[in-house]
Amino acid sequence: MSDLLQFLVSGVTVGAVYALVALGFTIIYNASDVVNFAQGEFVMLGGMISVAGVAAGLPLPLAALIAIALTAAIGVALNTFAIEPARGAPVVSLIIITIGASIFIRGVTQIVLDKGTHRLPSFSGDDPIHVLGATVLPQSLWVVAGAVAIFVALWLFFTRTLTGRAVLATSNNRLAAQLVGINTRFVMTLSFALSAAIGALAGVLITPILPTSFEIGISLALKGFAAAMLGGMGNPKGALAGGLLLGLMEALTAGYISSHYKDAVAFFVILAVLFAFPRGLYGSNPVERV
Amino acid sequence: MRLSPKQSTLLVLAVLMIASPFFFPSNYYYRVGSLVFVNAIAVVGIVILTGYAGQISLGHAGFLGIGGYACALLPAHFGLPPALAVVAGAAISGAIAYVVGRPILKLKGYYLAVATLGFGVLVSMVLANEGWLTGGPDGIKVPDPGIRALLEQVGIELTNPQFWYAFCGLVLFIGAWLALNLRESPTGRALRALHGSEVAARTAGIDIAKAKLNAFVISAVYASVAGSLLALQNRLITPDVAGFMHSIELVTMAVLGGAGSVLGGIFGAALLTLLPQVLTVLQDYEHVVLGLVMMGVMIFLPAGLIPSARRLLRGRGE
Repeated sequence: MSDLLQFLVSGVTVGAVYALVALGFTIIYNASDVVNFAQGEFVMLGGMISVAGVAAGLPLPLAALIAIALTAAIGVALNTFAIEPARGAPVVSLIIITIGASIFIRGVTQIVLDKGTHRLPSFSGDDPIHVLGATVLPQSLWVVAGAVAIFVALWLFFTRTLTGRAVLATSNNRLAAQLVGINTRFVMTLSFALSAAIGALAGVLITPILPTSFEIGISLALKGFAAAMLGGMGNPKGALAGGLLLGLMEALTAGYISSHYKDAVAFFVILAVLFAFPRGLYGSNPVERV
Repeated sequence: MRLSPKQSTLLVLAVLMIASPFFFPSNYYYRVGSLVFVNAIAVVGIVILTGYAGQISLGHAGFLGIGGYACALLPAHFGLPPALAVVAGAAISGAIAYVVGRPILKLKGYYLAVATLGFGVLVSMVLANEGWLTGGPDGIKVPDPGIRALLEQVGIELTNPQFWYAFCGLVLFIGAWLALNLRESPTGRALRALHGSEVAARTAGIDIAKAKLNAFVISAVYASVAGSLLALQNRLITPDVAGFMHSIELVTMAVLGGAGSVLGGIFGAALLTLLPQVLTVLQDYEHVVLGLVMMGVMIFLPAGLIPSARRLLRGRGE
């Protein structure tokens, strides 16, 4: 019983990070129909830049803020220099562009920062909390609370503010949004900035638990992509559900079956889900325009 | 006499293959050359799948892995000669592609991408984790096929890299010839038709599911043969061969050169295989340059290098 609880705790913690990465995918996908394989690099940058900031003597909150702002700027640059010029390119080209971008970001990080593996200090100490026989790191609570806060804030943003609704309108129908006077270029820029900032925040939150290095981006991107697909691409609720589900499944597999196949089961389940529901759990029915 | 595009492609390929060794200062260059050919064989398969039929696969390195490990495991456990193991590996890859392809190819776009990606990741994980069979992450030894010894008996003496350069080059040439023939065959035309529009192709009486499956199986066989050749010449195979990054590299090679054309795919394979060799001088900047090349070509030459260059030349001629 306490084992199960322990696995659930670690599953929810990791799942919250996957959910945030999946949310980042979703925001960019909605605004531009691009699946951004560089999404994992945002998480990596969030962690790595904060680490560098702390090493330079900055207080952690300031370092984290700088990391998030810088990563958001990098997200905007990605849109301006790589995605916008390739508008309307086929899916394969877009996949290669974003993967190229992720390799590029990795390469620059490796040169500008370093190749080492780093941890951030925990936000509120390392003394574990004991709940019903399971131990919970205080940092896990930070991760989960951070994820919840972001999802709530975004939900408010998308439903209550004019700008948020403009983003939704653009993702529904770009041309129609343009015709009613929405600046769709700005929406694109905003989406990339938001998505990068969310990724960076996820990186800051998780780095005290999972050490970061310039290489961690790609596997996070794959997991986040898988989580987004699991929930149904383009649906924020789906991103949350897919992320948590993926985290839980990984933790349970690692606990009860084999830690070697932890990553495999995620992809296995995704294949199964895609075969059964070809559009993901929350996806809409496919309608093909002829 | 005017050459058809097929003949001119094969001629260019043959001339390059035969002429290059005259500029090789050492055996090392033969080795790099045969690596180019191995990658190119797999990429020709991707050209058929992505360039002809318009389907994406982010997991094709999985088939390379299957082909490679077939050459290590079949001789060791079933006493199959390594040369025959290549054929058996191709058959196994084709069969797996047939089974997996049926449900996967119903998916489109990004969903197809993630499904094939999942397949590739699963294959590489099995290869890395089932250490009792595959030797685990360190890889496994592969026996010598003995063809070089056979050639020596009939009086053809080649160094090891020279032999593999010639052998892989020959296989690539045959593979390219088959792919070019396929392009103009009814099967190839069906593939290109469904690339243009699935609805239109279906209306014209093409069995889309079957055509896609054909392309998937054929490209899996190409990848498998490439994996086998890689394993045999390295005398070693590791799970990295089947990894995600390798799948991405293959797709990038195909699209970089121009996914629609066999020659483009081969050129892309050559470029991306040689680039890291050149960039070792720059070491730390390897990733930066590779990323820039990938983005730059896709943004500025979306059709790929060879088709873009061809258009430029034709434009001048008129």
